[in-house]
Amino acid sequence: MIAVFLNVDETRVVAALREAGEKLDGTEGETVLDFSSVRRIDASAVRAIEELARVADERNVKVVLRGVNVDVYKVLKLTKLTRRFSFVD
Amino acid sequence: MITSEVVKERVQIPLAVEGLSAERIAYLEGLVSQARTAAAVFSQFTQQDVDRIVKPMVLAGLEQAQHLARLAVDETRLGVMEDKVIKNMVASEFVYNYVKDKRTVGVIREIPERNLIEMAEPIGVLFSLTPITNPTSTVLFKCIMAIKTRNAVIFSPHPKAWRCCAEAVRIMYETAVHHGAPEGVFTCLESPTLPDNGYLMKHKDVGLIDATGGPGVVKAAYSSGKPALGVGAGNTPVYLEKTADVNTAVVDIIVSKTFDNGTICASEQTVVIDDEIYDLVLKKFEDLGAHICNEKETKLLERTVIDPETGFMQPMAVGQKASDIARFVGLSVKPNTKLLIAPIQGVGREHPLSVEKLFPVLAVYRAKSVAEALRVCVDVNHAGGLGHTAVVFSRNDEVIRKFGEVINAGRIIVNSPGSIGALGAVYNDLVPTFSFGCGTGGGNSTTDNVNVFHYLNIKRVARRTQNHMWFRVPNQIYFNMNAVENLRQFPSLSTIIVTSPALEQIGHVDIVRRHICPKTHVHVLVIPDAEPEVKVITQGVEALNFYKADQIIALGGGSVIDAAKIMKLKYESPEADLEYLAAPFLDLRKRVVEYPTEKVNRARFIAIPTTSGTGSEVTPFAVLTDKESGRKVTLADYSLTPDVAIVDPQFVMSMPKGLTADTGIDCLTHALEAGVSNYASSYTDSNAMQAIRLVFKYLPIAYEHPGDEEARCMMHNAACIAAMAFSNASVGVNHALAHAFGARFGVAHGRANALMLPHVIAYNAAVPTKFMPSPYTKGYTAHKKYATVADLLGLGGHTVEEKVKNLIAATEQLLDQLGFPRSIAELGISKEEFEGAVPELARIAFDDPSWRSNPRMPLMAELVELFWKAYEGRGAAKVDGAVEHTSV
Repeated sequence: MIAVFLNVDETRVVAALREAGEKLDGTEGETVLDFSSVRRIDASAVRAIEELARVADERNVKVVLRGVNVDVYKVLKLTKLTRRFSFVD
Repeated sequence: MITSEVVKERVQIPLAVEGLSAERIAYLEGLVSQARTAAAVFSQFTQQDVDRIVKPMVLAGLEQAQHLARLAVDETRLGVMEDKVIKNMVASEFVYNYVKDKRTVGVIREIPERNLIEMAEPIGVLFSLTPITNPTSTVLFKCIMAIKTRNAVIFSPHPKAWRCCAEAVRIMYETAVHHGAPEGVFTCLESPTLPDNGYLMKHKDVGLIDATGGPGVVKAAYSSGKPALGVGAGNTPVYLEKTADVNTAVVDIIVSKTFDNGTICASEQTVVIDDEIYDLVLKKFEDLGAHICNEKETKLLERTVIDPETGFMQPMAVGQKASDIARFVGLSVKPNTKLLIAPIQGVGREHPLSVEKLFPVLAVYRAKSVAEALRVCVDVNHAGGLGHTAVVFSRNDEVIRKFGEVINAGRIIVNSPGSIGALGAVYNDLVPTFSFGCGTGGGNSTTDNVNVFHYLNIKRVARRTQNHMWFRVPNQIYFNMNAVENLRQFPSLSTIIVTSPALEQIGHVDIVRRHICPKTHVHVLVIPDAEPEVKVITQGVEALNFYKADQIIALGGGSVIDAAKIMKLKYESPEADLEYLAAPFLDLRKRVVEYPTEKVNRARFIAIPTTSGTGSEVTPFAVLTDKESGRKVTLADYSLTPDVAIVDPQFVMSMPKGLTADTGIDCLTHALEAGVSNYASSYTDSNAMQAIRLVFKYLPIAYEHPGDEEARCMMHNAACIAAMAFSNASVGVNHALAHAFGARFGVAHGRANALMLPHVIAYNAAVPTKFMPSPYTKGYTAHKKYATVADLLGLGGHTVEEKVKNLIAATEQLLDQLGFPRSIAELGISKEEFEGAVPELARIAFDDPSWRSNPRMPLMAELVELFWKAYEGRGAAKVDGAVEHTSV
């Protein structure tokens, strides 16, 4: 069951991830973040993703990242964050 | 830059490590985490992105060159401020000129002729140690390289040069981030300690250690278990040879050795001077501001600037001015003395000044000869300078070349200053650097001037290459009845006809004689009709020499033609060593052994076959038996291929039935094996297919009606056509089995082939247990090729499997028609005898080169199984495994 669905806009990745983190509180089911429009992420976005992963772990919520392009996926791989999320196209 | 407070907030990894507190570990982990994130983000950047960042960094380095130089001298108390400005500028501007057009992201090099593309993969996090001698220039250099290659760097400067390095890192970092570099791309370790360095050197997220510094640092880096670029100490020998331009040499040495007070590890340490110019050179040095020490002064100097216990230079002297060192030592020198020159009489611990001296003290040695000079240079090179740098001043190219040969140094600088020359791009075309790779001699992994390409993982994208192939056959083949008449067109003064007794007896030799060009002296050499022996070859070569033959006509079966091939080889190239030429090979096209190309005689070689099977008239193979050693020597080279083949069926009309069948099946086996060979091509396929068609149609007729001219003619052509196929595509496992079995049980080659053939078709048509690597084919095609043969023969079937089965059935039917024994058992070989022989047969078959082109790699157990199937015979040929059931 998808509890939260958010489109992540490349121009406000950090804000979108924070918003997603806040919505995790009290949700049941999956949270899906659509990264289809994100071509690149910067260090602050990586930190925001780390934080989201931490919150999701704490609240035992499954976060699914959708449409992550392979360049961004590689960043998440290099920062060892891929194991913290599920990925769908 | 990230502050330690921020880092501490993010990381909580309290590990206990000797010499490090939990807080310190958290700090170090934070630095690594920060760098790892920066490197990960950096991986998304394009070439344009990084180039946009690099240029302003370089400009910032140039703008701040003096500021950083001043900081470095103030802090380290080493070197010359003005020279450090130059170093900073070289590290920025010269390095930029080298890297600016270099591709370091994505595709960095395309090599279309090799179907190769090289692509860059960043390393990620680098841990970089920088030295006290060249602190800020090394930081500038490494920062520019790191950004150009999308890497993040954690710097650990020498503690006594920390402030100036931290400032250099700050300038580079702020400029880089301002122009788009990822946050945290450079960090500088605060108050670095040895335990810090040890921890980071072993950190799992550090990809590469780039250690520039003293031997201890370099050794620690290489001992860490991490990939490392460790570049450190040298001991540069200089040979000042008598032909050198002395004025230039002396100035260059002074420029180099006094540059930044001699702190560059590539600077000159001992100058070996030819006796003839020694006094002149020392006079020049003195004239230009050097002080030449007398014996007493030299003793004083060596006791002071070299540690008598370790034999290494005293740190307090490093980077100091010559006049200050002289004052400290107690020498009386002129004001502004640039350089202290100390004559030495040898190299080693008993000559303390022969080691590395990173200050303006230069040892000189008077050499009585070039040989002595080179020996002393080698001694200096081996006294701590292996792999680093060496210098030679000479106009004699031979001396320069010899110096380059005997000296082990990554950089051999010719007629220019050592230190600035080694830095590259100023006096020569070496790659500009501030890190000198010293190769294994210096305990390093490279002899290069370290550059951007050492900061990259270079990936090679290797596309499948369409390997070139060839189709080589005699350039003249005459065929059909009376083709022998074409002999007339080949002028010759002396022709030798090599033939067998039987063929001479039945008049074939006379037929050939009649058609040889008039006025030719013709001699007949009759040899036994058996696999040629060494003795026969020797006699043949003697005859060729005696008659000064310019033409050889081989008239006979495969054995006679093979003998003539080897005679020709030894006649034209008497030095040819047949054992050597028979060395094993995997691919004829890549064979190690080369056949002789220089020839003392030349003779045209015409082959006229008298059987329809071996195809030796067009093949590059010949087999020789050495009775003394009991060995067979198989020769294979296209130079053995006859020049002319005359395929005239009149010479096979009288072939007996048994020979007709044996040779006909040999021909079919050649064609079928060439057809499915891994070396098959469209050229060989067309020949193989046509030969198969001819055999199935005409062999039964030739067998049943030996006088049928058309059938004989077509079978004679089929043998030649099949041979053209297997000459270029080779044969397969059927031949390997038949060779082993035929030799062990004395069974004729064609007959042995026949016993194996249905089973080998079934074997190759099944899914292989082990595929053969084959760059020449796409996918596994043997079963489909057999299906194509079945179609060609009109055997019917809708699926590949059905067609293969029909081909096996048709082959078995043909063998029945020809009256072949259909199993090894039928030959009267008992099961017990065969059982005892099979292991050795399998071993011999596996050693046979014939199967190397087989589409399926035969395992030893499979060879055993094939032998047993051949023993059982009819009905045993079944396709195992999942051959495609689709229609083709």
